[in-house]
Amino acid sequence: MSFECRNLAVTYKTQSGGLEALTDVSFTVSKNEFVCLLGPSGCGKSTILKIVAGLLDPTAGEVIFQTQGTNGKPLNAMVFQEHGVFPWMNVLENVAFGLEMRGVGRQERNEISHKFIERVGLAHFEQSYPHELSVGMRQRVSIARAFVNDPEILLMDEPFGSLDAMTKLVMMEELLRIWSAEKKQVLYVTHDIEEAILLGDRVLVMTGRPGRIREDIRIPLPRPRDLRDRDKAEIIEIKEHIWTILEEEVRSSLEGSQ
Amino acid sequence: MSRHEMGEKTLLIIPPVILIATLGCLEFITRMEILPSLFFPPPTVVVSTLYRMTTEGALLEHLAATVTRLLTGFVLGGIPGMILGMMMGWSLPVRRIFDPFIAALHPVPKISSLPIIMIIFGIGFVSRTIVVAVASFFPMLINTMAGVRQIHPIYFDVAQNCGASRLQVLRRVVLPGATPFILAGVRLGLNVSLSISLAVELLLADKGIGTLIWMAWQTLRIEELYATIVTAAAVGISIRLFVQFLLSRFVPWDSKTRT
Ligand SMILES: Nc1ncnc2c1ncn2[C@@H]1O[C@H](COP(=O)(O)OP(=O)(O)OP(=O)(O)O)[C@@H](O)[C@H]1O
Ligand SMILES: [Mg+2]
Repeated sequence: MSFECRNLAVTYKTQSGGLEALTDVSFTVSKNEFVCLLGPSGCGKSTILKIVAGLLDPTAGEVIFQTQGTNGKPLNAMVFQEHGVFPWMNVLENVAFGLEMRGVGRQERNEISHKFIERVGLAHFEQSYPHELSVGMRQRVSIARAFVNDPEILLMDEPFGSLDAMTKLVMMEELLRIWSAEKKQVLYVTHDIEEAILLGDRVLVMTGRPGRIREDIRIPLPRPRDLRDRDKAEIIEIKEHIWTILEEEVRSSLEGSQ
Repeated sequence: MSRHEMGEKTLLIIPPVILIATLGCLEFITRMEILPSLFFPPPTVVVSTLYRMTTEGALLEHLAATVTRLLTGFVLGGIPGMILGMMMGWSLPVRRIFDPFIAALHPVPKISSLPIIMIIFGIGFVSRTIVVAVASFFPMLINTMAGVRQIHPIYFDVAQNCGASRLQVLRRVVLPGATPFILAGVRLGLNVSLSISLAVELLLADKGIGTLIWMAWQTLRIEELYATIVTAAAVGISIRLFVQFLLSRFVPWDSKTRT
C-alpha cells in the first residue's frame, strides 16, 4: 500500500475572492514510509493532510491510493491540529469513538481503548471529560483515538505540539514503536526541524504560501533510531541545511504578506 | 477550595434571605396601613388565602389545567421546532428555504393569532392548545438551530474521519453538541408557554390559573388575585428547577452550564 499526491492545488474561497493555499504539490509516500512535512506557518500543511484524509476536495490534482484490500481497517486516521476531542464524551468514549462508529461491541472497544489510553498515560482519566484535562492531555486523547483506529495511513498534524519535552520524547518513541510494529504509512506535520529529522524517512520542506514542495530530503539515519542522541554529525548537517531553506521561506512569506 | 464552597453556600442562601426580608417589610408596611391593605394584602393573608383556595376551593384543579395546557402545547410545538431547527442548523439548503418564513412569522404576537385559530379550530381545547404550541415552536426552533450552528466544524471532520454515518453524526455530534442551547430553548419555550396559557385562560374563561385571576378580578377579591399570581410564579420556579435538572443530567460535560 502506498499513495501519491499528484499536482495538488487548492484555492480557498474567501470574501476577497480566492486564496491560493497550495500549488502543484506532488509527492509519493511508499509502503511503510514515515514522511514529515515541514514548512512555514500558513503554507498549507494542514490543507494537504485534509486532502489526503478525504475531508477536502483539491481545486486541481488528485490523490491516488494503491491499496491491496483494506481487511476492515480504515484507510486513514487523522490527529487534528486542533485536537477535536468531543467535549460531551469522556476520555474513554472519545478514544473508542472510531470503533463505535464501525460497530465494534462495547466490551471489545473498551478493551482496545484501555490499552492505548494507558500508553498515552491517561489511565486515571478514562472517565474525565475534556474540560477537566489540560491541553496536552487532550492532545494525547486525540492521539490515542487515531492509534485505536488502526489505519493504514496515519495523518498527524503537529500531534505533540502542546507537550513538554520529556512527554513528547516518550510519545515519539511510542509512535515509532507502533509504526514499526504495525507497518503503516505516516504523514507527519511539524514545525520542529529536529523532530522531523529524528522521525522521518524523508522530510518534505515546503515553500511559503502558496505552498509547494521545495525539497524532498532523504534522512539516511538507520532504524531503529535513538531519539535521545541528537548530536550526531549527520543530524546537525541536515538540520543546518533545512534551516537555511526555511529561513529563506519564512522571510519571504513574512515579507510577502506585508 | 473551602473558600469557594463557602461562596457557593452564601450564594444559595442570598435569594431566600432577600425574599423573606422583602416579605417581612411588605407585611409590616401593609399591616401598618402605610400601603392600603385593601389593595396590597399582607403576605400572611395571601398565604392563608392560598391555603383556603387549595383546601376549600379548586386551586389545584385549576393549576393542573394550566400545567396540562402548558405541557401539551410545549410538546406539540417544541418537538417539531426542535426537529426543524436541527435540520435548518445542519443543512444550508434547508435553512435557506425555511429562514424567510421563520423570519416573517416569528415576530407575530402569538396571542393575536388566537382569533384566526378559533375560526379554524373552534373555541375549544384544540384552539387553546394550538396557540401555546405555536408560541413554544419558535424559541425551540431558533435555539436548536443556533445550537447546531455553533458546533465547531472540527467535530464534523473528526466524525467523518472516524467513518460516522449521517445518523451517527446526528446522534453523537449534532444532538449532544446542541443540547446546552436546546435546553436554553426549553426554558424559554416553557416560560412562553406559561405566559400564553395564562393569556388564553384570561381571554377564554374556562379553567386554569388565568381563569382564576380573571374571576378574582371580577369579584374584586384582591387577596385571591395575589394568591393566583403567586401560584403562577411557583410554576415559573418549577420550570427553572426542571431545566436545571435536565442540564445536570444531560450536560455534565459543560462547565459553563453550571449555575
Ligand atoms: N477554510 C479556509 N478558508 C479559507 N482559507 C483557509 C482555510 N483554511 C486554511 N486557509 C488558508 O490556507 C492557508 C494554508 O492553511 P493551512 O492551515 O493548511 O496552513 P498550515 O501550513 O497548516 O499552517 P500552520 O503551520 O500555522 O498550522 C493559510 O494561508 C490559510 O489562511
Ligand atoms: Mg496547520
